[in-house]
Amino acid sequence: MPRPELQAPPEIFYNDSEARKYTTSSRIIEIQARISERALELLNLPNDGVPKLLLDIGCGSGLSGETLSENGHHWIGYDISQSMLDIAVEREVEGDVLLGDMGQGLGLRPGVVDGAISISAVQWLCYADKSSHEPRMRLKAFFGSLYRCLARGARAVLQLYAENMNQSEMIMTYAMRAGFSGGVVVDWPHSSKARKEYLVLTCGPASLQTALPKGKGEDGEMCSDEDDSDDDENQTVGVYERNRPRKKLKVNKKGKSKGKQWVLKKKEQMRRKGNDVPPDSKYTARKRKAYF
Amino acid sequence: MRLLTHNMLSCNIKGVTNGFPLKLEADKWVTKEVDLNADFLRGIFPKIEWSALLAAARALGFAELPEQADASMLSSDDFLRRFHHALLELHVEEGALVCPETGRKFPINKGIPNMLLHEDEV
Repeated sequence: MPRPELQAPPEIFYNDSEARKYTTSSRIIEIQARISERALELLNLPNDGVPKLLLDIGCGSGLSGETLSENGHHWIGYDISQSMLDIAVEREVEGDVLLGDMGQGLGLRPGVVDGAISISAVQWLCYADKSSHEPRMRLKAFFGSLYRCLARGARAVLQLYAENMNQSEMIMTYAMRAGFSGGVVVDWPHSSKARKEYLVLTCGPASLQTALPKGKGEDGEMCSDEDDSDDDENQTVGVYERNRPRKKLKVNKKGKSKGKQWVLKKKEQMRRKGNDVPPDSKYTARKRKAYF
Repeated sequence: MRLLTHNMLSCNIKGVTNGFPLKLEADKWVTKEVDLNADFLRGIFPKIEWSALLAAARALGFAELPEQADASMLSSDDFLRRFHHALLELHVEEGALVCPETGRKFPINKGIPNMLLHEDEV
């Protein structure tokens, strides 16, 4: 089954039945809760116990917003699907929700928001649903308005499912153009199922405060079994280092490297045995370049 | 929709230079009690446009906010209680938000304001 973004625009895909399915699936609830907790963690809000005013972009039926409320914050949610928002109201979420299209701009006063999260939503901007939609204009309007409404030094953490590298890059480009600094944190990069990408953006120039934490799973941690079960079937993502590691020195059991002296000694031994050994020259056991 | 949110919203229509504040027309509203958090109120106060909050609260029949407000009033429990009530406890269920420049109405149904712009407004 193709990804949702290729099936229909979000306000049509998330109709009443899909919205209900989404909100009653315990698996989805659990995943969304986990992603929301992680996004909140990445927001790096001050630990002063003071509730903040946050945005939840693509809040849907309020699954992610609940995480914000549980952590004591006030939030304003945006979603384009009336069906999803109706469920949010039904579930009596504590944040205010608005029916709106993020690609039209958020329509908030400058500098009023302490942070923004978005769970599995921003990639929808990359798909042109109507002939008048131009993804680039929409990305520009979204990031521009997001940047304006955030307080200085505030962060936006956008978890998204980009279809491919082009999309990721396009999204990142428009974020940077709007003035954001930041980058991508990838959790579980080697697991196709568990892998999650978080675009962590800071309002303002790069500084120590904007340094990104490491993604989970980079230290060789194993993520939980259920997420990893399908790993072998699908391709994993390769991470290529720009600088290849230098060719290691050959080391014998005692920890000494096999240098020129050792080679010359060995050749002498072979000659004494009676083997045919090439004569020694200035080229014998010379260090060769790493790339042969 | 609470007045906290109303205080942050600005009209997004193309060409509009001053879309704030949106005029609040309320047909139905309710009061939902919520715990008062003085720290939050003190933190959010500098960001609040007081005149907009005053007007919106009056539209909901709550006239107990002072005409002007400054940070020194935040030490008064009485002021905090009124501020808290206006900002967080009044919920607009049905009504509309009106752009001050174009007069365009954004309807509010079941507490959800519809801020979707038409094709020609983007």
